[in-house]
Amino acid sequence: MEKVSKKITKKEVEHIAWLAKIELTEDEKNLFTEQFNSILEYFQVIDEVATDKVLPSFHAVDLTGVLREDIVEPSLSREKALANASKKDKGFFKSPKIF
Amino acid sequence: MQTLPKRIKGFSNRLKSFEVNHMKKPHSLSAKEIIEKVRGGELKAEDCVLSIFNRIEEVEGRIHAYVTLTKELALQKARKIDAKVKNGEVLGRLPGVCIALKDNLCTEGILTSCSSRILDGFIPPYNATVVNLLLKEDAIIIGKTNMDEFAMGSSTETSYFGATKNPWDSSRVPGGSSGGSAAAVSAEEAVLALGSDTGGSVRCPASFCSIVGLKPTYGLVSRYGLIAYANSLDQIGPLSRNVYDCALLLNVLASYDPKDNTSIRVPSQDYTQFLVDDISDLKIGIPKEFFGEGIDERVSKIIWESIYTLEKLGATYEELSLPTLRYTLATYYLIAMSEASSNLARYDGIRYGYSIDYDSKNWNEVYSKNRRIGFGSEVKRRIILGTYALSTGYYEEYYLKALKVRTLIRDDFNKAFKKFDVLVGPTMPIPPFKIGEKITDPLSLYLTDLLTVPVNLIGSPAISVPCGFVDDMPIGMQIISPALREDLLLKVAHIHEQNNKFKDYAPKL
Repeated sequence: MEKVSKKITKKEVEHIAWLAKIELTEDEKNLFTEQFNSILEYFQVIDEVATDKVLPSFHAVDLTGVLREDIVEPSLSREKALANASKKDKGFFKSPKIF
Repeated sequence: MQTLPKRIKGFSNRLKSFEVNHMKKPHSLSAKEIIEKVRGGELKAEDCVLSIFNRIEEVEGRIHAYVTLTKELALQKARKIDAKVKNGEVLGRLPGVCIALKDNLCTEGILTSCSSRILDGFIPPYNATVVNLLLKEDAIIIGKTNMDEFAMGSSTETSYFGATKNPWDSSRVPGGSSGGSAAAVSAEEAVLALGSDTGGSVRCPASFCSIVGLKPTYGLVSRYGLIAYANSLDQIGPLSRNVYDCALLLNVLASYDPKDNTSIRVPSQDYTQFLVDDISDLKIGIPKEFFGEGIDERVSKIIWESIYTLEKLGATYEELSLPTLRYTLATYYLIAMSEASSNLARYDGIRYGYSIDYDSKNWNEVYSKNRRIGFGSEVKRRIILGTYALSTGYYEEYYLKALKVRTLIRDDFNKAFKKFDVLVGPTMPIPPFKIGEKITDPLSLYLTDLLTVPVNLIGSPAISVPCGFVDDMPIGMQIISPALREDLLLKVAHIHEQNNKFKDYAPKL
């Protein structure tokens, strides 16, 4: 299979960082673009492998769903759950404005 | 006992002086010795704690193994144990044993930072399951250890709190990401420690610090309360100065937990029963790729010497090829980064963790700024690359492709395990490197994980045991078995240990 060059551009790095909700400085954008390209180039080694008929392994071991009886068990108190919050109000987390 | 192999002559200055046991300070004792002495009333748990903290005071300034020390809590726990002994009450299985915990294990009321600024100040409201198991068995928690930020690294240099140093040479890395835990055990600042292993993070620092480190079978140890990096790969594992202590700690850790839906139900067992001196039926496979491109020849030579020793003791060995090993590192990083990008989305600074003041700002801005300030470079790189690998248009060619290759890697190993009981090779391809040597080139650092990542992808257990020295720097041998055959790993590790003197060498501090 012919290798298709998969270069990532600075503009793509900006876009992906925005999706990942990480603000980057100009310097980071430049450095990451360069580093990502060398890392992604290395990752391309897996393109050699024929996987058309192979099923993906999401886990190392075969897992089945684990269910339990729907019985109420003790959980964290509201006070404990809120203990690490940046801001709280009337027993709730207080978040920044969404809109 | 064999005579001292030639390669470690000149290390005599590091051979622990031949003190009789009762002369040894408690911090130098093995867990086995401590348990016996505390049970027998010969040694107080409180003296164990005081001895450990004296040692910490003496050497910690040169090692930086810890993020947090909990001396008062440790002393309180020790006094409770001593009272139990005095009153003849039933003791747990690890009485008086001082244990250090990697700082990604949640400890109620004690800072759990993942060595990240984004969790600086985070006080968990609950304990990880393994922490409760240890406390129930009368182990004593002495502190939280430094690590690569969110366990992302092989050198403990990405910690927000600064690098940990290798006790064997303070200009070198201790390995990572559980570098603080390994350095603490190696420097006798802890008797035992817990680390976590996603792609080698227990075995790598064990190798670099000349101690024992085990990555158990995926699901054998509960991950509840372990701060996730890559869920399908993460596993908590023990670090110790000898194989027996490793087995003792695994006895306590291996336990079904309904709070972790990947936890396996297996009957509890005493792993120390497998430490017997018979490997006459053992078939060892030597994967050629573990001694191929990228592996330091001096490392290969040392591992081969130990393989020959195992052969002399009755085992047979044969070389084999694992062709998919060529793809494991890329496969591992694509999967780990993808899972990390999803896991670490939770750090918004609102429910817990670092945040800027956000009164008049909007959500997007606060979220992105908190993460810019809170995360270090390596964590940002992995989240962004993982987001990329999962994004529309790239999902199939990166993430899904990696999952398919993972299936082939698993098939490759399963085929090998039909013929061999265990596979043996180096843990790390190179000896411990200098602090600062690789940190500016992420890919060069990723490449050091070449031999440790395969077992995380397939779920198998693996152990690293001290195996000698190159230029005075420790080398570890890795033993890999099929899933849930920790008994085999411990047996081979034990025989290797009994027939070499590596565990009798200690860093000069």
